[in-house]
Amino acid sequence: MSSPGDSPSSTAEPAETSASQKRSLAEGDSRGVFGDRLFSTLALLAGVAILVTLAFVALFLTVNSTGAIYQDEEGLILGAFLEYAYPLVVGTLIASLIALILATPVAVGVALYISHFAPPRLSKTIGYVIDLLAAIPSVVYGAWGMSFLGPALVPVYAWLHENLGFIPLFAGTPSQTGRTILTAGVVLGVMILPIITSVCREIFIQTPKLHEEAALALGATRWEMIRMSVFPFARAGIISGIMLGLGRALGETMAVALVLSPGLLTASLISSGNSTIPAEIALGFPEAPPGSERQAQLIAIGLVLFIITLIVNMTARWIVSRHKEFSGAN
Amino acid sequence: MSKHIETRDLNVYYGEFLAVEGVNISIAARSVTAFIGPSGCGKTTFLRTLNRMHEVLPGARVEGELLLDGENIYGTGVDPVTVRSMVGMVFQRPNPFPTMSIRENVLAGYKLNGARMSKSQADDVVEEALMGANLWNEVKERLDKPGSGLSGGQQQRLCIARTIAVKPDVILMDEPCSALDPISTLAIEDLIHELKQEYTVVIVTHNMQQAARVSEKTAFFNIAGTGKPGKMIEYDETATIFNNPNNEQTERYVSGKFG
Repeated sequence: MSSPGDSPSSTAEPAETSASQKRSLAEGDSRGVFGDRLFSTLALLAGVAILVTLAFVALFLTVNSTGAIYQDEEGLILGAFLEYAYPLVVGTLIASLIALILATPVAVGVALYISHFAPPRLSKTIGYVIDLLAAIPSVVYGAWGMSFLGPALVPVYAWLHENLGFIPLFAGTPSQTGRTILTAGVVLGVMILPIITSVCREIFIQTPKLHEEAALALGATRWEMIRMSVFPFARAGIISGIMLGLGRALGETMAVALVLSPGLLTASLISSGNSTIPAEIALGFPEAPPGSERQAQLIAIGLVLFIITLIVNMTARWIVSRHKEFSGAN
Repeated sequence: MSKHIETRDLNVYYGEFLAVEGVNISIAARSVTAFIGPSGCGKTTFLRTLNRMHEVLPGARVEGELLLDGENIYGTGVDPVTVRSMVGMVFQRPNPFPTMSIRENVLAGYKLNGARMSKSQADDVVEEALMGANLWNEVKERLDKPGSGLSGGQQQRLCIARTIAVKPDVILMDEPCSALDPISTLAIEDLIHELKQEYTVVIVTHNMQQAARVSEKTAFFNIAGTGKPGKMIEYDETATIFNNPNNEQTERYVSGKFG
């Protein structure tokens, strides 16, 4: 079967080699070898650079955080550190979770509207506006959340407390400034909205026409077509988008530091209290004397955040790789 | 079950561009009709108007009437979704849903129509449709495996099974064998012979031998030049079109003098 495919190249060969002063095939052609090597070396260096950077960050965090776990006078103080760390971890997760719950449905909806429903001109405009949201600096979001959104949400919190106060989430005294973990979550939600939206939009647009038409030809409505062809195709992409958003939400410092008036861990989302790891580090680091236990503690909590983010990313990869057989990539 | 198709002065537009002009054709129920013609002559476009699939492209529209057993599918208030559930379509490249198993692929159309059924009923539908598509014996052991794991020819028959599972009135095929090897092509052609016992089949093909083998009637489409609308030149018994056409263009095309 392969011989007819091979023959034209082998017949073309003699003409070419005779033109370039007879060289055997084994000698090879050195054209382009330099460029090839250069490029592969550059690519290798780039890959190594990332790994080295990551290793140094991990090393820095680990070395500098030992002081939080071990003190010469007191010995191992792991318990004390965990007691310090867990409210912050929980607070970070709560804020990020609120952001995700609010942002994901909106982002998927907007992305779908842009990719499959809006007339072309309108969808471009909306796309630009969404991208613009991503260009706003986080300190601006923080200022907006602190001075506008927080106060605006105060009556909402009062209403939630009055009507849904039996749920622990809405128990407790509603904050009078609105600077609560829920407000921080809302601000984070707005911040991660453009990330999730643009990832989803790119994926939705790439859905093969063939699969969309397969659904339509069976008598699917537009929504059924989206459920049958677009979502299964985009599943991995949606998850990556959400994880990118989650990564941003977990690590976001400025906005949370400005919006939230931090306090002890509480189940209530509408009273002041709770804090997140990045906000804790940002607020605490300038006041921590270099080399002190406090500084080590802050670096250690940074390491914890690093590990959480790592776990989030690995989980995302795992989810994406499950059912590879059915992914549509083959 | 099977319905006949009639068009009256059908014009197909993409925006302002007239793609196919003035088609009058009458396709009998329970028959196989082939559309042949050079590339870009509008035969696929016309085929896609038969189940309103061309409307998927923005700006595409139709003038004239297209009657399915006397009912105009372009009448006011007719939902394209309803039309498409009555007129099934098989595409040029096999397109089973990649995330669904073979079984789910066959049942995909059923799920859309909102039919609730027991597992045994669903099993019956799957078996009947796969039998109808001559695929049952090859896949009955692996119904829960993804449809995308089958060979190209099997995938195409799976798509046919998916189409006939919902018992349409008409089956449209847009060059169903162009991506397949000769053995798979033969399997599909055999299948078309069986399908016409129950369905009205309309097939677009670039392969004139195929048209001669599978169809009873053949329509020849042609285009006068780039930017001009495609037209149906001649429509007759397949034997007449290939042996003794009335029109000179048809004669030149089927004898291989152009296209």
